Amino acid sequence: MLKVEQIETFYGSSQALFGVSLEVREGEVVTLLGRNGMGKSTTIKSIMGLTPVTSGRITFNDKEIHALPSYRVARQGLGLVPEGRQIFPNLTVRENIMVGAAHYGGRKEPYTLAEALEIFPRLGERLNNYGNQLSGGEQQMLAVVRALMTTPKLLILDEATEGLAPLVRKEIWHGLGVLKARGQSILVIDKNLRALMTLADRHYIMEKGAVVWSGTTSEIADNEELKASYRGV
Amino acid sequence: MLLVIEQLLNGLQLGVTLFLMSAGLTLIFGIMRVINLAHGSFYMIGAYVAATVAARSGSFLLGLLVALPAAALVGMLVEIVVLRRLYKKDHVDQVLATFGLIMFFNELTRVVWGRQPLFMDVPSWLSGSVELIPGIPYPSYRIAVIGVGLLVAVFLYLMFTRTRIGMQIRAGASNRSMAGALGINIKLLYTLVFGLGTMLAGLAGVMAGPILAVEAGMGESILILTFVVIVIGGIGSVRGAFIGALLVGMIDTLGRAFLPAFFRLFLATAHADGVAASVASMSIYILMAIILVWRPKGLLPAHT
Repeated sequence: MLKVEQIETFYGSSQALFGVSLEVREGEVVTLLGRNGMGKSTTIKSIMGLTPVTSGRITFNDKEIHALPSYRVARQGLGLVPEGRQIFPNLTVRENIMVGAAHYGGRKEPYTLAEALEIFPRLGERLNNYGNQLSGGEQQMLAVVRALMTTPKLLILDEATEGLAPLVRKEIWHGLGVLKARGQSILVIDKNLRALMTLADRHYIMEKGAVVWSGTTSEIADNEELKASYRGV
Repeated sequence: MLLVIEQLLNGLQLGVTLFLMSAGLTLIFGIMRVINLAHGSFYMIGAYVAATVAARSGSFLLGLLVALPAAALVGMLVEIVVLRRLYKKDHVDQVLATFGLIMFFNELTRVVWGRQPLFMDVPSWLSGSVELIPGIPYPSYRIAVIGVGLLVAVFLYLMFTRTRIGMQIRAGASNRSMAGALGINIKLLYTLVFGLGTMLAGLAGVMAGPILAVEAGMGESILILTFVVIVIGGIGSVRGAFIGALLVGMIDTLGRAFLPAFFRLFLATAHADGVAASVASMSIYILMAIILVWRPKGLLPAHT
């Protein structure tokens, strides 16, 4: 589905990614692990066309997307839940959900408002509040639902539960579990390895702008050194 | 009392004309972060195109129908050719470039239409007057201007609050890259917003055509008032532009009408008229200063 091959990305003269490669297959949940500043978010931004890639290749369902503007990348079927949520504060919850509503091919029928709210029912009580009136957890749920409303083939979450209370995190992981059970492909960045172990199929670990390890959940589970290194990051 | 009501209506008419101008300018500045000094040029283009078409066809309505898309199309062309290069530059570059556009359009109108002003006739079906209140006949054309302005205000309100494109415009104003990541084509949206803004300026020009002389540079005088309106209302806020435009229209009109009589109470007539004219000219700037001290972001700043 998504293939990232040897991409390099720069911020000005400073190189952020050094030949990053990864793959997400249909129906998979794949994680991108690593400490802060290792290039995970830059990888996501490069995939989404928000940061230009200087070399390498990104394809989505065999179509090259690395030179496309972000809106055309999204229209290929990539839904983004960005770092920091980036909810539109001047739009109500309902408007935030509906503003990008589209059918980018993730399933036969586009999501309806009612269906999307089934994932996080508490948003249904806040439909008429403005985006900046929500708690951090509610904003994160809203960011997931907003991306889901584009009916994406691949849902990408950058720091899915960063800075959220444990109960809210649980709610987010539950919601993502529901989506996985429905066959939604997901690429997720988070530091909560325990939750990701139960949700994800495969993992990539990044250090200093490069992928240094990749493998399945069972391979991480069998590797005490990796578990010790990444449990607490 | 009758004079007061008549002047209130005049103030309302100036207010809605200013609203047509300022709604477009505040949208462009609030959403695209571009200071467009050339906004008055689209007012002038609307007036010139309408005056020309109306003179040749004898139909004011046809002039209006041609002038609106003309102002929108010229605006979109300017956005694509000039302004897209300025989004990431600072405001000084934008001011210089759009100031250059003012001179370009002023000279272009002189080349195309000559140096003599054009005069537009009030359409015959609006040439009479109506007694809104018994004893106060008020020109039908000015009532029509007020009606058009209020209709545009309702249209903009509904567009921004009830339509998907309105939602997308507000989302793009808040976070351009996030809107793009949801599949919204921000470049196209910006071009459309700019076209809408310049079309509204063109509409203001058409409506002002039969009241003022249509001449090169006519956009500059109203541009200053328009900037005052959007600063008073809150930059980026269409609701603020509406309130600000009505306030400025009223203060300007009532000041010019009644300040001479007021100053004549304690000054010699000749002196009083001079002082009154000066104070009336200053009044909207004094209003702006008071409002900025009270509410530095304007009366109804855009919701961010």
